[in-house]
Amino acid sequence: MNNIIFVLLRRLHSPLIVLICVYAVSILGFVLIPGMDDQGRPWRMDFFHAFYFVSYMGTTIGFGEIPYPFTDAQRMWAVVSIYATVVAWLYGIGAMFSALQNKAFQELLTINTFRRRIRRLHGPFYLICGYGDTGSMLVKALTEAGMQAVVVEINEERINALELEDLNTYVPGLRADASKPEMLRLAGLELEQCIGVVALTNHDRVNLQIAITSKLLNPGQLTIARAETDDAYQNIQSFGTEQIINPFKTFAGRLAMALHAPGMYLLYEWLTSVPHETLTEPLYPKRGKWVLCGFGRFGKSVYERLQEEWSDVRVIEAEPEITGAPEDVVVGRGTEARTLMEAGIQDAVGIVAGTNDDGNNLSILMTARQLNQDLFMVARQNSRSNDAIFEATHVDLIMRRGSIIAHKIFALIQSPLLDVFLNLAKEHENDWANEVVSRLSGVLQEEPPVTWELDITAQDAPALHRAVTAGERLSVRDLYRDPRYRDESLSCFPLLLRRGVEDILLPDDAVELKKGDRLLFAGQASARYMMEWIRGNQNVLSYILTGEEHPSGYLWRLFYARRKEPGGSG
Amino acid sequence: MNMEKVVFAFFIVFALTLNFGFVLGDISNPVHHNVYELYAAIVVSIIATVLKFGDRTHLGAVLLATSLVADLQLFAAAVIWAIVEQISETGLRPHDMAAIVSLAGGAVLANVTSVVLLVTETVMVRR
Repeated sequence: MNNIIFVLLRRLHSPLIVLICVYAVSILGFVLIPGMDDQGRPWRMDFFHAFYFVSYMGTTIGFGEIPYPFTDAQRMWAVVSIYATVVAWLYGIGAMFSALQNKAFQELLTINTFRRRIRRLHGPFYLICGYGDTGSMLVKALTEAGMQAVVVEINEERINALELEDLNTYVPGLRADASKPEMLRLAGLELEQCIGVVALTNHDRVNLQIAITSKLLNPGQLTIARAETDDAYQNIQSFGTEQIINPFKTFAGRLAMALHAPGMYLLYEWLTSVPHETLTEPLYPKRGKWVLCGFGRFGKSVYERLQEEWSDVRVIEAEPEITGAPEDVVVGRGTEARTLMEAGIQDAVGIVAGTNDDGNNLSILMTARQLNQDLFMVARQNSRSNDAIFEATHVDLIMRRGSIIAHKIFALIQSPLLDVFLNLAKEHENDWANEVVSRLSGVLQEEPPVTWELDITAQDAPALHRAVTAGERLSVRDLYRDPRYRDESLSCFPLLLRRGVEDILLPDDAVELKKGDRLLFAGQASARYMMEWIRGNQNVLSYILTGEEHPSGYLWRLFYARRKEPGGSG
Repeated sequence: MNMEKVVFAFFIVFALTLNFGFVLGDISNPVHHNVYELYAAIVVSIIATVLKFGDRTHLGAVLLATSLVADLQLFAAAVIWAIVEQISETGLRPHDMAAIVSLAGGAVLANVTSVVLLVTETVMVRR
């Protein structure tokens, strides 16, 4: 606020001085010019009356000639003063408006408003740099999960889009260059409430800069960065950024997983889903010959992954020399029937439309469908704005880059253990994943699973921690008993138990809990809330453990103790 | 030579000299204190204040503050003078004059501070 006043005043230097001078000279003139009172005696205006007269004359209110009618000399001076003061006022007011409408000044105003809004945020928030497809999905998911976010984005249109977006909570957005540390500080990077920074801009250099800034200015916070090249990946990794995501590799890896390990793909999709999505259906891709259109960064990653599983992959690429396509490449875009026929679409089992142009991808799929009805079709969707038309094509699998990365980051933010689980799961076979998925679908209804962490610590689960410390035997099974009826289970189950450096996948029910254990659960959101009881309420926990309801009040406890003693039972 | 500095220093010193000139003389004797001089002192003081606007340094802030103090004191003196002459029927008595001059005297102190700060800054720069 201070800045604004000072900047405004500095811009108004000269008009203010002109106004003061004009007033001073006019007033002085009226004081010096001799007048006449009502009896015709010589009379001089004093400063008080002169100031009064000039004030209403300058603002063109015009009360007349007071206290006595003016002499001709006074009138002459009044004429000069009228024009001088009016011009001075117009100049001053004009200068003020132009200063207010000045672009730089307006920007200063928005920055000030933004700063005030950041200061007003209560509770932890995530700083999202870059509000493209990925950023917008992530922000939506975060706000729906009840978390707060702040956005820094360089493009004005996207900031406007953020303001128009219908989000659950208010998300402040700043149009600024995120590579400038000053802007990140403005967005609250250094604040204690800022618990994580996500760098999602389109430029590796900017993401690198954001990651460095965040690590230097606020070392404790979670930093997630996007890196498109291996070079940038290693650079960002070198200073301890927690998570780095290569969008092309992640995307291609997920697609390859969908094709050769559909169970694992489904597990990934389910566990990394965002609130209020519908459950993805299982896929049944066929084995055989595949056609891949587009051999850019994405196409290459897909090709490598596909070759590991299916040896027979034909590539269609418009510029094979530039992209370094394999030798048996079919030159063309794949949008015309000729190239597809040449690639052998008739005896292929599947097609991946993986160019970086949504229109071409759609065209490829429509043409391919006409040539071969039974194809398994995979579409790469580049822009979120094309959601509707891609949905309408009814292809088997739509890969949305922004969505996959946003889901991954959301999962990381939700529970760090989930990432550990997914990495461990990757080493297992598809059949194992199918078992987990079927176990999951057993506890789920239409909504995708939520995942949450339970730590046997005094902060996170006071009741459990106390019980374990007191030497009571608690097994994993006890954690997801229904607090209303202990023989029933809550609709969830443990995915992972982390004990020190040891990670146990799908821990057995009989495993006994120790202090400091961290568990990852997956299941229905309602189960998570029921589990809060077991975590924190000692009486609920003792019911879970013994099946008996213990009196909670001091008096009743005393009474029960008395009653039990003589009988000796219980 | 920087024209801005010339104008700036001119007004700050001018404000002090005019103010000082007005205060000079017997404190309660209206003959010793010229109303035009007070008027000029007020106008120059306001211009000096406006010139100090927008300087965001620490020194700039203190200069602005001293100027605002001087303005306030001089305004008070002028308002008292106007009230005594126009509104009260008594006319200008010696003790009214003393009040006006002592207020202006306070403004002198503020203006002296301004000039001292200005000189200090100039000496520090050594250019």
